[in-house]
Amino acid sequence: MNILVCVKQVPDTNEIKIDPVTNTLVRDGVPSIVNPFDGYALEAAARLRDDAPDTRIVVLSMGPKQAENALRECLAIAADNAYLVTDRIFGGSDTLATSYILSRAIAKVEELEGTKFDAIFCGKQAIDGDTAQVGPEIAEHLGYPQVTYALEVKSAEDGLHVYREAEDGKEVIGVQTPCLITFTKPSFDPRFPTIKRKMAARKAQITQLTAAELTNIDPEHAGLKGSPTKVKRTYVPPRKEAGVVVKEETTEASAHKLYELLSKAHVI
Amino acid sequence: MANYNPVTQEILAELEKAAPGHVVTGADVNPDYSRDEMPIYGTRMPDVTIDVQSTEEVSAIMKICYEHNIPVTTRGAGTGLVGGCTPVCGGVVLCTMRMNKILAYDLENFAVTVQPGVLLQQLADDALKHGCMYPPDPGEKMATLGGNVATNAGGMRAVKYGATRDYVRAMTVVLPNGDITRFGGTVSKTSSGYSLTNLMIGSEGTLGIITELTLKLIPAPQATVSLMAPFEDLEVCISAVPKFFMKHFRPQALEFFEKEILVSSEEYLGKQVFPRKIDGTDVGAYLLVTFDGDSMDELDPIVESASEMLVEEGALDVLVADTAPKLKDIWATRSSFLEGIEEQTKLLDECDVVVPVNKIASYVAYVNEIKQNYDFEVKYFGHAGDGNLHIYTCSTEMEEEEFKKQVDQFLSALYKKTVELGGQISGEHGIGYGKVHFLESAMGPVNMELMRGIKKVFDPKLILNPGKVCMDLTRKGE
Repeated sequence: MNILVCVKQVPDTNEIKIDPVTNTLVRDGVPSIVNPFDGYALEAAARLRDDAPDTRIVVLSMGPKQAENALRECLAIAADNAYLVTDRIFGGSDTLATSYILSRAIAKVEELEGTKFDAIFCGKQAIDGDTAQVGPEIAEHLGYPQVTYALEVKSAEDGLHVYREAEDGKEVIGVQTPCLITFTKPSFDPRFPTIKRKMAARKAQITQLTAAELTNIDPEHAGLKGSPTKVKRTYVPPRKEAGVVVKEETTEASAHKLYELLSKAHVI
Repeated sequence: MANYNPVTQEILAELEKAAPGHVVTGADVNPDYSRDEMPIYGTRMPDVTIDVQSTEEVSAIMKICYEHNIPVTTRGAGTGLVGGCTPVCGGVVLCTMRMNKILAYDLENFAVTVQPGVLLQQLADDALKHGCMYPPDPGEKMATLGGNVATNAGGMRAVKYGATRDYVRAMTVVLPNGDITRFGGTVSKTSSGYSLTNLMIGSEGTLGIITELTLKLIPAPQATVSLMAPFEDLEVCISAVPKFFMKHFRPQALEFFEKEILVSSEEYLGKQVFPRKIDGTDVGAYLLVTFDGDSMDELDPIVESASEMLVEEGALDVLVADTAPKLKDIWATRSSFLEGIEEQTKLLDECDVVVPVNKIASYVAYVNEIKQNYDFEVKYFGHAGDGNLHIYTCSTEMEEEEFKKQVDQFLSALYKKTVELGGQISGEHGIGYGKVHFLESAMGPVNMELMRGIKKVFDPKLILNPGKVCMDLTRKGE
């Protein structure tokens, strides 16, 4: 099986401060990391390869030259090859333009790899933009079926079985390949890189794909030009209070507890 | 034993005058003040507790207690492991937790002045904001710096940077009679008579009360990499340790532990971080190594050759943590070993012997050999890099009396072996109350008399933290 994992280099939001005047993120001096949800997507691919060692994992990113570091990290963790889409004319792309460029880049990578990908894995969203649009939009551009909020994927005879996060528990959804799957946070983290992989990743050649190579891209649909989104204002959403989970020993006891809480809050 | 007086209403009124609004007595005393983290060594409710606020207040309180012969025990966060802050003779407990301000940085001299109740984590985080690191790194980050100095706490980075002692420049001390004095200075060396600063460090509240500390900082390393090396068994894992030094590696931290202890910590934290199998082989033990430096370019070749050496020494693989989340995960797991053990046992005792680094393997073999003779479970891990082992006895289903009896025999044997191998009975936790009866056989009568002599010079009425370190209450004449 061939899997392509899309990753984005993002600022480590644990380290981020908010500018009190402009209410925007201060990015200066903030370390960059692989978007955590993309890391879960990569780990899901690695777990498929644990069961089927002939699985090939390729990572693809779009961004400035420094995004190579994120790709090297992915190579160290699990990826077999890495591609970076980078060109000034792609700068300022919104989700529509980004997903368009990436879907065309995927075709180019398939050509270079000499094979089609059975599945495209993405993180459900990037922690700096939080739109959760790019993955599903790539699926639309490619005409692939998509499953979102995946936790884990298992190989099945008829395609892939996706364990998907639902409101209360998990759903298992069967999907045919080729398909696109976006991942949320599972109960495990991406594996540690081994020293061998780390050393190989440091020396690895990362293929850069610029507008010159990506001749299948219409510049009118890329970068600022191809981005219908107009940003009027950005702000940090207020932090939501954690909900209360009522889980007593019996359903009856839970109901009583819930009643008690609701009456206390004067809701009923 | 010294004859102490009870705290009468008159004395209480005097204390209230010295520390208005902070004196707590009777049923209002917080039971936490009766113990530290090891209640197995006994608990005792103090008659009075005072959350002190200033040097002057401590001085005023001490004058009263000195005059009336009232025992005084100082405590910080109570995270000690040897009953050091348990008020075994009752009396007054002074808590420093409210003296929790970072007073001033002196970045030209790489020093910071703090009150004793500042928590280790608080200083570590704050120093980083100033581009500095406070190197001592004991597992318990919620301990106070006053407590760290009083026990000469060590921690994970001691292998490269040394223990708390190496980072204390100066201190303000209130003596038992209430006199206020200052030891040391913001200088990088001194040859000016006996080092009173160094006598205070590790004195566990028996000589004076630290009310202000000037600590040394270092420029924060710009790059940190941890290597995790899983081994099939512990023996091979420990044998690799001396090689680090023979090959001139300078790790910031070098820890070893068995899988069992890791599993209890991961269960406590609810997160599995370390792999338990490598290519189908079950992992039995792990070495955890950290290197720090000015840049990744500087560290890369070091990490590479250390990894090569580890594989040659039998590591199943070497895994790398060089991103903030991964580093946080592995060190949070390592820091929660004690909590993981506490969660799973009814009664717990421990020792923290330190032996020469090249003797760790034979010491551990000895522990494994003699533990067969006892009914309790033995768990251990250690700062492999400096030969400091934490050995825990866990009661399982044993009755308390039988447990204590067996543990006493077990520890006596361990301490004897420690001395034989040229080690010391405590690497970083201290003697406190729990180990007081073991110190004499390890130190010998001459050294004990020197210690008691020093104690009497500082504290002629023996009112400070009685029953601790070198003053054994069961000993005739004390």
